[in-house]
Amino acid sequence: MSDIIRNIIRFGLFILIQVYVLNKIPFLHQFIRPYIYFLFILWLPFSISRVTLLVVGFFTGLMLDYYTNTPGLHAAACTLIAYIRPFIVGILTPKESPNEQSYREPSPKALGWTPYLIYCLVLTVFHNGYVFLLQMLSFGGFLVFLGKVIASSAISMLLIVTTELLFQRKLSYRTNTAS
Amino acid sequence: MRNIFLFIRRYFTIISFFILQGIALWMLFTYNRFHRGRGLGIASNITGWTNSKYNKLEDFFRMGEENKRLLKMNDSLINLQSFNFVAQDSAKKITRDSIPFDSTGKFRQFLWRDAQVVYNTVTSDKNYFQINKGSRQGIKENMGVFGAGGGLAGMIVNVGSDYSTAMSLLHVQSRVNAITKRTKSVGTLQWDGKSPQYLILNNIPQEDSLVKGDTILTGNYSLSFPPGQIIGTIDKILTEKSSTFYILKIKPVTRFSTLQQVMVVENLQYTTQKELLNETKKKIEDNKKK
Repeated sequence: MSDIIRNIIRFGLFILIQVYVLNKIPFLHQFIRPYIYFLFILWLPFSISRVTLLVVGFFTGLMLDYYTNTPGLHAAACTLIAYIRPFIVGILTPKESPNEQSYREPSPKALGWTPYLIYCLVLTVFHNGYVFLLQMLSFGGFLVFLGKVIASSAISMLLIVTTELLFQRKLSYRTNTAS
Repeated sequence: MRNIFLFIRRYFTIISFFILQGIALWMLFTYNRFHRGRGLGIASNITGWTNSKYNKLEDFFRMGEENKRLLKMNDSLINLQSFNFVAQDSAKKITRDSIPFDSTGKFRQFLWRDAQVVYNTVTSDKNYFQINKGSRQGIKENMGVFGAGGGLAGMIVNVGSDYSTAMSLLHVQSRVNAITKRTKSVGTLQWDGKSPQYLILNNIPQEDSLVKGDTILTGNYSLSFPPGQIIGTIDKILTEKSSTFYILKIKPVTRFSTLQQVMVVENLQYTTQKELLNETKKKIEDNKKK
């Protein structure tokens, strides 16, 4: 399956799951807003160009915004994590490592569990922090903001780890043979 | 000139990052519920389509509960019918008028339409729900929305051709005029974003003797809702030392997490009333300038 088709299917699935499952779970606490759809951006291939990544991120966020009636909120956060993603990947993969060439996209296998979790955690905190910061400007105080970032990031990380364990992506080494 | 191109090529990524951020923030800050969100009208037809597909599935599982609720509502309405009442004396006969325009000059002010909720959340600070009727079915902005149980649920804020979006009472910017049934004091109903079980009613003076369980109704000063419709009951009465007002925790009649069938109410005199209000404002302010 080509990268484009694979990612289009993923895009649809992530948006649908975010909108129809996570946004509809019963109210637990004011601080808890479970987000997972941005994992789509985290899973995009290494080979994608930085500008394409930004545009894809923007439209991912915008798509969710149209469901939640907050035009621009998630789009801004997704553009931010799409922008900093290459830097984080650059820091976490040693220059000499062949991994970036041999694996198609970031995964626990490609980066190793610990670096991969750090990669997810940093981007999750940036995404949630930015979304709640923008929300704080219209409603709520600093403590609510802090609580939301911590609680929601923990939930997001839990969801990401669960997803990784449940759906292990079959990412074989890329070789010269046509697949 | 060549340098400019070189500069743009060198910093293309960061420039496009700032442009996209700019677009997103501009959309966010120029959007408010009174002006139509940019592109939301068109987008609501796409989101509406997937939402209605999802709703079909959800309906299947919630049908039983919803049917019971509708039956209860029907039951209470049937009880109000005139054929239930037998006149003891012909001089005291109770009649109910069903003609919209009668000879005594009464006219219809509110018109009700039914609709189905296709998407609904309670987990955000700003909750909206989408219904499956739009401008083609006569839905307009600022119409009130009531749940199947008869309780106030929200207000239409955005209308697409076949779907429209309503702002739920569970929205931190929602402000609704409400009165207490017993003491007739007027207050403002809002939500603090903490729990979808409770709404907050402010501005009720502490001289009022209120008890837990008192009914809260829609007030007379709203252009969108008919007055005297139920909102909920008082669950907790909090007093603030520094002010002379109560903070009342209201348990709404509408159950927002399972909202399925709703009724949209149109004020047929909305434009007239609104125009009068605006003209008055203009008149007073113009006089001030002179």
